[in-house]
Amino acid sequence: METTTGRSEPLPVVSPAPRRRRWRLFALREDIPGRIYFALGASFILLILLIWTVVTHAELIDPLFLPSPAAIIAEGIAQAQSGMLWADAGASIYRIVVGWLIATLFAVPIGILMGNFKFFEAVFEPFIDLVRYMPVVALIPLTILWAGTDDSQKFLILFIGTFFQEVLLVMDNVKSVPKDLIKVGYTLGMGRFEVLRDIVLPASLPGLWDTFRITLGWTWTYLVVAELVAARSGLGRRIMEAQRYLATERIIFGILFIGLLGLLTDYFFKVVGARLFRWIKER
Amino acid sequence: MDQRTVNGQRPKVTIRNLSHSFESPNGSLLVLDNINLTLADNEFVSIVGTSGCGKSTLLNLVAGLIEPVAGEILLDSKPIDGPGRDRGVVFQSYTLFPWLTVWKNIDFALRKTRLSRAEKDELIRHYISTVGLEGFEDAYPNQLSGGMRQRVAIARALVYKPEVLLMDEPFGALDAQTRGMMQELLLHVWETHRTTVLFITHDVDEALFMSDRVVVMSARPGRIKLEVPVELPHPRSYEVVTSPQFVELKLRVLEAIREEALKTMTAAG
Ligand SMILES: Nc1ncnc2c1ncn2[C@@H]1O[C@H](COP(=O)(O)OP(=O)(O)O)[C@@H](O)[C@H]1O
Ligand SMILES: [Mg+2]
Repeated sequence: METTTGRSEPLPVVSPAPRRRRWRLFALREDIPGRIYFALGASFILLILLIWTVVTHAELIDPLFLPSPAAIIAEGIAQAQSGMLWADAGASIYRIVVGWLIATLFAVPIGILMGNFKFFEAVFEPFIDLVRYMPVVALIPLTILWAGTDDSQKFLILFIGTFFQEVLLVMDNVKSVPKDLIKVGYTLGMGRFEVLRDIVLPASLPGLWDTFRITLGWTWTYLVVAELVAARSGLGRRIMEAQRYLATERIIFGILFIGLLGLLTDYFFKVVGARLFRWIKER
Repeated sequence: MDQRTVNGQRPKVTIRNLSHSFESPNGSLLVLDNINLTLADNEFVSIVGTSGCGKSTLLNLVAGLIEPVAGEILLDSKPIDGPGRDRGVVFQSYTLFPWLTVWKNIDFALRKTRLSRAEKDELIRHYISTVGLEGFEDAYPNQLSGGMRQRVAIARALVYKPEVLLMDEPFGALDAQTRGMMQELLLHVWETHRTTVLFITHDVDEALFMSDRVVVMSARPGRIKLEVPVELPHPRSYEVVTSPQFVELKLRVLEAIREEALKTMTAAG
């Protein structure tokens, strides 16, 4: 501060003591600090692990029902060293990727048609809604009848599990493009096809990407169903097989490993999406 | 009737016996009832009216985005048939393409032209500076304020030089200060790049400040209730709103609108 009157001696500057910001952790819908947010999630997982370890080491539960975390890790290391884990993972990832790609290859164009033309929505939606509620497991016998017992049957199961959900999400992605953007296209002299290709499609890309992320996650959850019968390898297969020998640590390791791969896929889509669609970010 | 057309000048836009209705589950809803209106070349005409009276419908009809139930709209005495590049439109909602930068949004409007790249760049640069957005060429719409987004939308609608500029409450979503700045900016742009403008608003000050003529519509079904020529000299600056002439015009327009608003209120019970 400057003063023009009185003595030239500078006045003592008293800056207000920085007040510590008080975070209220239980305020309705208010943000909490990022570090606390992360720590809460991590601590909960650690808590589960801790309870798990204590319960198993104190032998409160028969290892047949719940082996210790150490036994699970040992199982994982053994599988990795024997190479079985990588062969299983390879077979499963291949099935997931192909099954999901086929579903997506159909879901995107059909969903785009349904989202833009009431005609196609009217044609397809009742049928899709009908199939969507059929239990996929119950379709296994039919898929074997139709596609045999090789990988094409696995693709078919993954396709059925994924496509009928994905096509509706794609339709919604396309529908959420504001009508006024389409109107702008028309006023600029664009035709219907041009508007579809150069406005509707780019505008719905971030939504479509999110749909890909979500549906690929669903494809992962159908893996065990797909490998339920007539599979010689695969992560899901290994779980079903372990059930026969009551190898609980193998079952739990398999489940956790599938979960981990699903999580990694999700993370991959999130990171790539954030890079691809930087224009979404607000100031 | 507008005096300019009487003066022997051919009208730019002629709206003749235009009526429109929408089908609804409870039957047909008459929205516009026998509208007759002409816009002279380079004239700035505003339409004001209570909300729901059919202003946007009228603009969409002139834009060719919907087809009238009866009547016709002529542009240079040719009937319009669907949307076209002879009419540029600015909407109230933000309609920039979010995946394109400011520069590319404006460039998008030039894709149907046969200009060279250099000519396009020249035009884009000119209109970016016209709306005062130098330095924001590479910004994405989500990084801009509402006022800036509408400035880009105006530049995008002007860059391909349509014969008529149609604006549907383009400043309706902006705060009062920004809106005032945008009105001055648009008026300045119009004073320097004369073109025919059909401007829709429910803000009487906004309409009178910028227009050559203000048209008041009645409550639904929309009819033309009053037309007032605004003979304030150009260039206008914001102080004009305090001039006795402005205040007198404002009173007339407000009275007409108030009458209509009362009608809808009593009709609603
Ligand atoms: N596509 C439509 N279908 C049915 N009714 C509509 C449609 N568009 C507008 N309307 C109705 O027409 C009337 C006039 O709407 P609009 O032109 O948007 O009014 P304004 O722009 O003056 O507020 C309103 O009652 C509105 O509900
Ligand atoms: Mg409107």
